[in-house]
Amino acid sequence: MPEYKWPEANDRDLIGKRISRLDGPVKVTGSAKYSYDINRPGMLFTRVVRNPNAHAKITKLDVSAAKAMPGVKAVRVIQDVGTELQWALDEIVAIAATSEDIAEDAVRAVKVEYEVLPHFVTAEQLDKAPNVKPAQEQVTGNPDATLQTAEVTSDGYYGCLTVAHCCMEAHGQVCEWEGDTLHAWCSTQGVSGLPAQFADGLKVPASSVHAICEYMGGGFGSKFNVDRWGIECAQLAKEAKAPVKWMLPREAELTVAGDRPSFWAQIKMGAKKDGTVVYWQSKSWGTGGPGGSGSPPLPYVFQFPDRKHQHFSIPTNMAASRAWRAPNHPQACFLTMTAIEDLAAALKMDPVEVFLKNLQFTGARAKTYADELKIGADLIEWKKKWHPRGESGTGPVKRGLGVSLHTWGGMGHQSNCDLTIFPDGSVEAKLGSQDLGTGTRTVIGIVLAETFGLPLNAVKVTIGDSRYPASGASGGSTTVGGVSASTRRAAQNALEQLFAKVAPDLGVPPDQLEAEQGTIRVKGNPSKNMPWKQAAARVGMTPLTVKGANPGPGKLIDQGVGGIQMAEVSVDTETGIVKVEKMVAVQDCGLIIDLKTAESQVYGAMIMGISYAITEEKIIDPVTGRMLNGNMEFYKIPGIGDIGELVVHMMTGPGYDERGVIGLGEPPVVSPGAVISNAVANAIGVRVPYMPVTPDRVLAALEKGGKA
Amino acid sequence: MPKDDKADKPTSGFSRRDFLRGSAAGAALSGGLLAGDDAQAAAQPTTQLAGPGAVPVTLQVNGKSTRLELEPRVTLLDALRNHLNLTGSKKVCDRGTCGACTVLMDGKPVYACSILAIEAQGKRIETIESLGTVEKLHPIQAAFVEHDGQQCGFCTPGFVVAAKALLDKNPKPTRQQIEHGLGGNLCRCGTYAGIRSALLGGTSQKGGGNA
Repeated sequence: MPEYKWPEANDRDLIGKRISRLDGPVKVTGSAKYSYDINRPGMLFTRVVRNPNAHAKITKLDVSAAKAMPGVKAVRVIQDVGTELQWALDEIVAIAATSEDIAEDAVRAVKVEYEVLPHFVTAEQLDKAPNVKPAQEQVTGNPDATLQTAEVTSDGYYGCLTVAHCCMEAHGQVCEWEGDTLHAWCSTQGVSGLPAQFADGLKVPASSVHAICEYMGGGFGSKFNVDRWGIECAQLAKEAKAPVKWMLPREAELTVAGDRPSFWAQIKMGAKKDGTVVYWQSKSWGTGGPGGSGSPPLPYVFQFPDRKHQHFSIPTNMAASRAWRAPNHPQACFLTMTAIEDLAAALKMDPVEVFLKNLQFTGARAKTYADELKIGADLIEWKKKWHPRGESGTGPVKRGLGVSLHTWGGMGHQSNCDLTIFPDGSVEAKLGSQDLGTGTRTVIGIVLAETFGLPLNAVKVTIGDSRYPASGASGGSTTVGGVSASTRRAAQNALEQLFAKVAPDLGVPPDQLEAEQGTIRVKGNPSKNMPWKQAAARVGMTPLTVKGANPGPGKLIDQGVGGIQMAEVSVDTETGIVKVEKMVAVQDCGLIIDLKTAESQVYGAMIMGISYAITEEKIIDPVTGRMLNGNMEFYKIPGIGDIGELVVHMMTGPGYDERGVIGLGEPPVVSPGAVISNAVANAIGVRVPYMPVTPDRVLAALEKGGKA
Repeated sequence: MPKDDKADKPTSGFSRRDFLRGSAAGAALSGGLLAGDDAQAAAQPTTQLAGPGAVPVTLQVNGKSTRLELEPRVTLLDALRNHLNLTGSKKVCDRGTCGACTVLMDGKPVYACSILAIEAQGKRIETIESLGTVEKLHPIQAAFVEHDGQQCGFCTPGFVVAAKALLDKNPKPTRQQIEHGLGGNLCRCGTYAGIRSALLGGTSQKGGGNA
């Protein structure tokens, strides 16, 4: 068995370099086929009758007129008379027709009557919620006693509102039956897991389901499940005996396809005059759909020894929340880091000093945070630009700085890689993984090419199909660790076999060989070599196929990262408009495989964070229970002119590389809300307690704080 | 989000503001509510009814003339995607906000989701498929790859087409002109930093520093 490990820094030709993504050309030319782009012969299109109420019972349903319409090929009643519907835009009837427009006409021809029931959709005020599920209070240490020792205390009320995933490619799929086999082109984060989910819903063997996802247009945690629309799409295709496409229209996408739950909290903190925190007490509540919400991890990162926390879950008449990039971390980070910043203001201290003073409570990453805070402070010129809260001059536009830190796990998931070396020297890796745009394909290719000493264009990476060896779903920053480890093990296994075949020709034992520069060569004697092609021919007529898996032997991956962010904002106190002038992210993620796509992950996370910090919010009308901004004009994500200057600094080299590969997708999206909120408070002298910090909320906070 | 007035200078050919002006004029003509009865009466004689069934439609797409049978309500985007299998233009918001369906109509960037196929007759339509190929990328596409101005890639074709329209008018745009010229396109993965440096930056790599 080979010794599984990553090459040393001076032996890395590709790993850690800035390498363009392998599927870049196919995407920029528009030739990448996403699920939404699959056009099959005779394919039908789906439209859906949806519940216009937030809570209602179906009392009458008549689909006969729709069924009789020309062009309508299948009508599925998903929820029939008597069913109680728990959220708006829930699916009632699905119609497959020869065009979307005809399907839409048929939707209008369906007659539904409802008994409208009382609903509850917003939960800002805990005492107004009709149904509250309190969790047990968690007490650590002796907070009641330490509160008495606090020299300074602060109290705060904070709330982060619900945001959607708003994937550019909506949820959905194309389903087509070939005899008993279902082919399903799904926009999914987990292609290997889909056959079992289809099988469960359709009562067919999982072995007869073939899921495909070569390219997908964003998931962010919302696309792990086949969903009711996946099952019903397959049923429509079966009934119509034709391929069926069902992609969610934007309003449904924003309303029912998942969101990040809201959280509110009241937080009290106490500290010594030197900034050492001695007391934490939080009471939080939040929504998450009919099932309520889990507790945010409070306090976040800082595990103060004496603390207590209680969470109240509030069920609502909204579609269930789903994992949203770093589930619960952005909210917990916002609630915690704002409270600490408010404490720093009460202490009249620089918040960076307060963070440093309390790093002892952050656990294993304390030194990383300290190093990162120093780098971040230099990059944003913290010492030069920071001023005490609100001391930002007399003009209407105020500037301020904010800071936050975050953590994430990122351990690689289960992954299998089948690797084939063909006698002509070509190489292919197959994994039942998927590339969400994070660079998965590219990472696999880099690991293969690096291990074989080949250029990147000499290896082929094939993913996005449930018929390839199973690999985990892409969520929780688990993919890069999983696929890089399984691919590395497969490639090292392949090399071991190849070395054994070539060693006699080169006259050394196999363990004296290495694969470098397109050759198999003797270590320390590169002139004694055999070109890769010639070596590959030694596998004989039958290609050499080996396997690699994760988890497995050798230290290739790890978990647990720390990152810090800082932002400088300007706030127009006359209009309430917040603008990010500059934002800095300093992030570790162990050994980086592709620095270019890793940096893109961080840039993207900062931009997504600016979005949820300033503009993005699902606005739910308490009267109708409907989402008021189920479109992209008013569900606002920023444009290219709204992001300011961004700086990314990745922690690499000794102390980081030897930890192995750790996932990166989630951590940098955690801090932006806290960073920007803190910068706004620093600028205008009062806390805007809500995220996003929209102009109306800024103006309200200024007025309440006597600063208007 | 705020944009200062300077950013609204029409440097890129066709801005969101132009689009809004166009829509307002369209509303006035068809509804008569804004312009009054005179305008409505004036508009009447030129109105030709088409449909509701399928009608012959001839589209000039990527230098090729194609005759289709389409219902008049079919958008240019649906015609391209569902009838010509040109799926590079994406359907995202489907109401003229996100720019993922951007195509060039007589050289100007337009939202294909907000134009009917019958309205696009007689116009020169260029889609993302008319630019480079995987083997031979257009320089703008090569810059997007080099600077990683894409992640999931779903918004990318729209951005590339909008970038082409901008650079055709203004080959060396400033950062502010880029932000204005591409202000009608949205990305969820957050690729703006890469796109910005792709259009600013020649061939140098993005690097770990500022973007």
